[in-house]
Amino acid sequence: MPADSPGRQRVTRLRPVVLAGALVLLLAVLLGSVLLGAVDLGTGRVLGEVWAELTGGRSPLSTQETAILWQLRVPRVVLGALVGAALASSGAAYQGVFRNPLADPYLLGAAAGAGMTTTIVVVFFPVLAAQTSNFVGPLPLAAFVGAVGGVTLTWLLGRSAGGRGGTATLVLAGVAVTAFLTAVQTFVQQLNTDTLQRIYSWMLGGLATTGWHNVLLAMPYIVVGAAVLCGSARLLDVLALGDDEAAALGVRPARARLAVLGAASLATAGAVAVSGLIGFVGIVVPHVIRLLFGGSYRVVVPLSLIGGAIFVVAADVVARTVLAPAELPIGVVTAFTGAPFFMVVLRANRARLR
Amino acid sequence: MPFPPVVPVRSRRVATVLFALICAFGVVTGCASHAASPAASPDEPKRVVSLDSSSTEILFALGAGKEVVAVDKDSDYPANAPKSSLDATKPNVEAIAAYHPDLVVTAYDTNGLVSGLRKIGVRVLVEAAPTTVDGAYAVWNAIGKATGHVPAAQRLVASTKQQITSIVTAAPRPTTPLRYYYELDQTYYTATSHTFIGSLLGLFGMTNVADPADSKTAGGYPQLSAERVLAADPELVFLADSECCGQNATTVAARPGWQSLAAVRDGGVVALNDDIASRWGPRIVDLLRTVASAISKVAVHAS
Repeated sequence: MPADSPGRQRVTRLRPVVLAGALVLLLAVLLGSVLLGAVDLGTGRVLGEVWAELTGGRSPLSTQETAILWQLRVPRVVLGALVGAALASSGAAYQGVFRNPLADPYLLGAAAGAGMTTTIVVVFFPVLAAQTSNFVGPLPLAAFVGAVGGVTLTWLLGRSAGGRGGTATLVLAGVAVTAFLTAVQTFVQQLNTDTLQRIYSWMLGGLATTGWHNVLLAMPYIVVGAAVLCGSARLLDVLALGDDEAAALGVRPARARLAVLGAASLATAGAVAVSGLIGFVGIVVPHVIRLLFGGSYRVVVPLSLIGGAIFVVAADVVARTVLAPAELPIGVVTAFTGAPFFMVVLRANRARLR
Repeated sequence: MPFPPVVPVRSRRVATVLFALICAFGVVTGCASHAASPAASPDEPKRVVSLDSSSTEILFALGAGKEVVAVDKDSDYPANAPKSSLDATKPNVEAIAAYHPDLVVTAYDTNGLVSGLRKIGVRVLVEAAPTTVDGAYAVWNAIGKATGHVPAAQRLVASTKQQITSIVTAAPRPTTPLRYYYELDQTYYTATSHTFIGSLLGLFGMTNVADPADSKTAGGYPQLSAERVLAADPELVFLADSECCGQNATTVAARPGWQSLAAVRDGGVVALNDDIASRWGPRIVDLLRTVASAISKVAVHAS
């Protein structure tokens, strides 16, 4: 089933006004997110601190408050933006490649693979898993390796079973790999129930407060992956027509799919490594963009990138303020706010089309 | 500075010596013949299973260790406790029955443990985790009563009270109370003053930075955000995730923003023994000694 009806494909170019509007909204959300937090630093004082940093003047914030702002809050906001951009643009790419509106970035075993390796590290190497001081913490590294490994396994399995590399076998291979890796993960988890809480909180997703380390770890994969996806938007538009049509237009479907899936999976693995499993972003954001601005991937991919960043950063503001001083798992917030919002957009769109 | 009156101390000492004599006598006669011991009663248990690490420590401290036939897999102190594979979080009545106990001591009644054991005619003592020091003393006395070691329990309580008083009065008390943060895990789950550990640390007149974050759902164990911990700027950080999770002064100093904390700057980060810190046995005295020495170290900067 195509993710988008052919009639909505007329808009193929991203209008500069829309792009500028999205970027302004992103900046506003980023700024608001830096100003809000569990500790109230005061809008004027935060802006004063930023001004002081820029001009070398005296900061109105105390040492602790400066540390809260630059070592906890700003890296967390940046991380949220990166993760959201990666998940939403990968989700859009997955939906395009599989021509399935339900495809999400975790479809090919990235989540199950990361979940399994993370659980193994937490259960068998608890002290190692607790290390946060290293430049690259063992947990993000394990999650990254697991995510990439899960997708690779799916790809190999799908190719060996599917002959011409059709998408249906790949999806089925993803289902099988996910089920198998999840079984391994559950088994390992049951070996040591003391670690249940840690594993569970990782699965619910969260933007860990590990300062700039995680930003630097995830950034290369997400930036490269997202750039490739933006560059292959036209390819996705062609693939959306179907394999035979794509071949007629001079595109080799199997090879194009491999490139797009590789880039999307890399970005997803980077996101999963530093934020666990944040659900719903990869599905809801591309669909909302599609409903609002049309179905061409030349519009959907870049706007999903920005929209995903906005969504996750905003959700994280809710996650860390609504129960302050405690925090909500961000995965709860994305699903709780994303699902109703999605329904509203869907209904409004129906009314307009009627 | 409160000076304890002289006469009561002397009389307390006399009482202690007398107690010790009676105790020694009791042990000798007790060894000679169990039935001849004055505290012995017909239903005094001879085969005890402990499913709770605190209870295990208490049983052995009361001299009931020789009656203990099995302890659960988390009871790692004292070293000579007969450790088994019994799991207190998912207790199996049949596995417990295999040790033929006449008394089972536990802190939680999970999976229908108590009704299951009663069905097969085994006495069960459920002593829930206390939230105050006096509550811990009550647990010690209850375990003493159930095992026929009442005098030993009373002695243990008295001597512990005395030791705690001397540790607490000897510790410095800055005019502005010291602020402390008690870390349960690296996601900033913590314990407030309304928990057992919080009431112990509160004896020193310190302020718990987590107290404003407590709520009914948190039940004394709220989760703080990293921002809140930094903003509170505690002078003392107690790590109850040292053994489990390898946290210490070096690892926390490497956390983002923590270099700005008074505790990190002035050596106020204290790695506690996770086990001692999470139990309510007689080793709370050791815990309080560790805390007192940390307070003495930090109080120099806080004056």
